[in-house]
Amino acid sequence: MLIGLKCRNCGERYPIEPLNTCEECFGPLEVEYDYEKIKEDISREGIEKGPNTIWRYSNLLPVTGKIIDLGTGLTPLQRAENLGGILGLDELYVKNDSVNPTFSFKDRVVSVSISKALEFGFDTAGCASTGNLASSVAAHAAKANMNCYIFIPTDLNLAKITQALAYSPNLIGVEGNYDEVNRLCTEISGYYNWAFVNINLRPYYSEGSKTLGYEVVEQLGWEAPDRVVVPVGSGSLLTKIWRGFNEFKDLGLIDEVTTKVTAAQAEGCSPISTAFRSGEAIKPVRPNTIEKSLAIGNPADGYYALKVIKKSGGTAGAVTDSELIDGIKLLAKTEGIFTETAGGVVVATLKKLVETGEIKSDERTVIYITGNGLKTQDVLADYLPVPVKIKPDLEAFNVYAKPVQKEKEVV
Amino acid sequence: MAVVRLSTPLRKFSDGKPEITSAGDTLREVLLKIDSKSPGFIEKVLENGEIKRFINMYVNNEDVRLGKGLDTEIGESDVISILPAVSGG
Repeated sequence: MLIGLKCRNCGERYPIEPLNTCEECFGPLEVEYDYEKIKEDISREGIEKGPNTIWRYSNLLPVTGKIIDLGTGLTPLQRAENLGGILGLDELYVKNDSVNPTFSFKDRVVSVSISKALEFGFDTAGCASTGNLASSVAAHAAKANMNCYIFIPTDLNLAKITQALAYSPNLIGVEGNYDEVNRLCTEISGYYNWAFVNINLRPYYSEGSKTLGYEVVEQLGWEAPDRVVVPVGSGSLLTKIWRGFNEFKDLGLIDEVTTKVTAAQAEGCSPISTAFRSGEAIKPVRPNTIEKSLAIGNPADGYYALKVIKKSGGTAGAVTDSELIDGIKLLAKTEGIFTETAGGVVVATLKKLVETGEIKSDERTVIYITGNGLKTQDVLADYLPVPVKIKPDLEAFNVYAKPVQKEKEVV
Repeated sequence: MAVVRLSTPLRKFSDGKPEITSAGDTLREVLLKIDSKSPGFIEKVLENGEIKRFINMYVNNEDVRLGKGLDTEIGESDVISILPAVSGG
């Protein structure tokens, strides 16, 4: 049900090939579907009977051949009464996408793009990664029996490097920030005939993120939420969640989309939030934050992300490193969900925007938690208390426990 | 003469070659020089005198938007890369 690729900027059409750039205007290419045909086949019941993975939405994903699937998707949408109570939100949900096969939402885009790479006949996969993509591409390439070249900034979180190395890719540390890694990989992709998932396969890759829109609608009983708060690096995820909601509406699966799409960034790298607040065009920045997975100073989809935020009536916010650490701790202690730094950015931005009144208490709000806390433990460790140590002796514990009990009695 | 690396959509201005050399004291001058040999090049990469939204340009691997843009000085052995801005993330 694929028609081809279409330039989002000038509308020029291209065949289904490993291309990401319009030859006319350099705009980004996007997959075009035959929605009339899809409409004949798709139904709520059909989707509900599908596999418990992103492939339940295969009608709306750009793969026609063999699927490489590690079991990605249909992650929990958890009602967050505790966190909502503290923040003053009546109906808050956490889309916990940190429990995917490689512990981030990237498995959605990679399952799609590695499947597509096989379809195109590539034997080597690659990517420029801020961390989460590295492990996901390495894992899926392993499953697909492909060669794999992963490029990362050398200052990445240790746990992300360790995890990626476990899948035995060729892991190349580049002495620079993510934008420099991305520039290098864009150049390499012009010389090597490899499937760089987020470069020459990017139109297919990014489609995987739509499933984060579809799942939330389905899990809310076939309704789009009033508000979503999305972590933003390149801006691709945000635009695709919006596209997912609107495809469901256009296909008649839901009646309306009135969702206000809201971007969350770290202050040390907030080109999209800054542009939204100032009303000016996006200006590239040099990232300076402990939040590495969103540290894209020159966001590829920034222009379109900004358009979605404005069109949907949403907003954008940015938080300091200290606030994002508090955000990680707040989500863990209220909802039992341990997220990485990007999730801390989302929770802290939500808190800030509720406090400023930009997010109202009666909005049915969904926050996207896209990565697992085990991936960025090194960042958090400095902000946690040192555990108490005692001898293996009951009296030793009593000495520790009594003051605690006393405190409780007073209360 | 500076080396100019061209991404695939621009290689029709270089007879399919991934790299060409071109003279000029600034990035703008280098681009104009290429255009004088391959007409139509400037319209492909600039719009209203600015670098097009979906194009990134680098001089010795530095994004020129973080510096002097088209006024970036170009030396004899500098390397310029012109790449699509729609990658990554």
